[in-house]
Amino acid sequence: MKPKSFTYLRPASIDEAVQALARWREDARILAGGQSLVAMMNLRLIEAQALIDVSDLAPLAYIRESNGEIEVGASTTQAQFMMWPTLAECAPLLSAALPHVGHYQTRSRGTVCGSIAHSDPSSELPLCLATLGGSVVVTSSRGTRVLPCGDFQIGMLTTARLPDELITAVRFPTRRPGAGYAFAEMAQRHGDFAICAVAAMVSGETTRLGVGGVAEKPTVREWAGLDESGIDDALNDLAWDLGGTDDSHATAAYRRGLVRRLGRQVIEEAKKCSS
Amino acid sequence: MLELKEGQRHPITMTLDGQEVRGLTEPRMLLSDFLRQELGRPEVHVGCEHGVCGVCTVLIDGKPARSCLTFAVQAAGRRVDTIRSLADKDGKLNDLQSAFRRHHALQCGYCTPGILLSAEAFLRENARPSEQEVREMLSGHICRCTGYVGMVDAILETAQQRASAGTP
Repeated sequence: MKPKSFTYLRPASIDEAVQALARWREDARILAGGQSLVAMMNLRLIEAQALIDVSDLAPLAYIRESNGEIEVGASTTQAQFMMWPTLAECAPLLSAALPHVGHYQTRSRGTVCGSIAHSDPSSELPLCLATLGGSVVVTSSRGTRVLPCGDFQIGMLTTARLPDELITAVRFPTRRPGAGYAFAEMAQRHGDFAICAVAAMVSGETTRLGVGGVAEKPTVREWAGLDESGIDDALNDLAWDLGGTDDSHATAAYRRGLVRRLGRQVIEEAKKCSS
Repeated sequence: MLELKEGQRHPITMTLDGQEVRGLTEPRMLLSDFLRQELGRPEVHVGCEHGVCGVCTVLIDGKPARSCLTFAVQAAGRRVDTIRSLADKDGKLNDLQSAFRRHHALQCGYCTPGILLSAEAFLRENARPSEQEVREMLSGHICRCTGYVGMVDAILETAQQRASAGTP
């Protein structure tokens, strides 16, 4: 239950962090909040020869809103994002989902980008990013890329980040005028990994539903003109298409049931909030 | 760039419960182990050592942190508060601790230091929490003896008393 030895690096700038990554590549891990990484290191599920600590890197400690997007820098904690004064107004889905991210005691250190980087299939923030259609900014000594969320998370705990790339920020689209949003999840204990999490956006005739915790990555489906007569069939099709499996927490059938039930709940709630 | 080589012990300092302390740490040493083994502070308890149980919670710059998910080097130069920071110099319990005692909010007491520190930080941010908010905060801790009813009562009562006394 103790991590293997590693060299600890604390860069003083983004440039230094990128240089360290160019040098250590896949032997290095980025340490931000450490709420998943250190747990996995303690369990020896992850071994790293070097940790590059960006948790205190001032240029990455920001939340900015511009051009219809909220950009969150890599050292911003989930607690700081939750306390951002205009969160509920600019990003109602994130405002609803963040209280479910870990616990009060882990959000104080866990970062927004760290959760995106970790890409756990049951995590709330990757689910919100997928549902809203956001993007991830990665930087290396070769330059900067902005990856749409669909290109970024490619599987369970797997992303398109290259070994020498640092995730510097994540961008969430802000609330669309007139759109309604809702979030719900089922977990064994508040803050635990979701057995199934759902996020909905209803905007005019368009209904989008993101589902986490069932498939190997968050899955989003969009319907046009979904109404009361079609919603149950649409959710049932989605539930089967996700291909959930039995595990120690829940059966595949239970997960399909949650997709149908929670899916309906958030779509109805999002519809009510839309105009 | 600060670089601390693996396997080597490096000197660090921090402000622990109001006092400047120093010790040696390898990069891999967890803050929980540093406090217990290097600084002789066994009142920092460890349980699961992977961030689930919450017993090792301390405050880093006033914010709750799982000390088993924090490396000692990350706390260098920072203010770290343990359960010792709550009672006064003569060992007189603070109001929250006294409320825990009155409400039988502990049995074996192993999880209690982490819970008290979380609750202290929480009450500073949220002086008049609802029961639901207190329960959500407590969901980050596991107690296997008593259940949580006494803790919820003790925290809500302390919040109320502090609010009426004007000392959040």
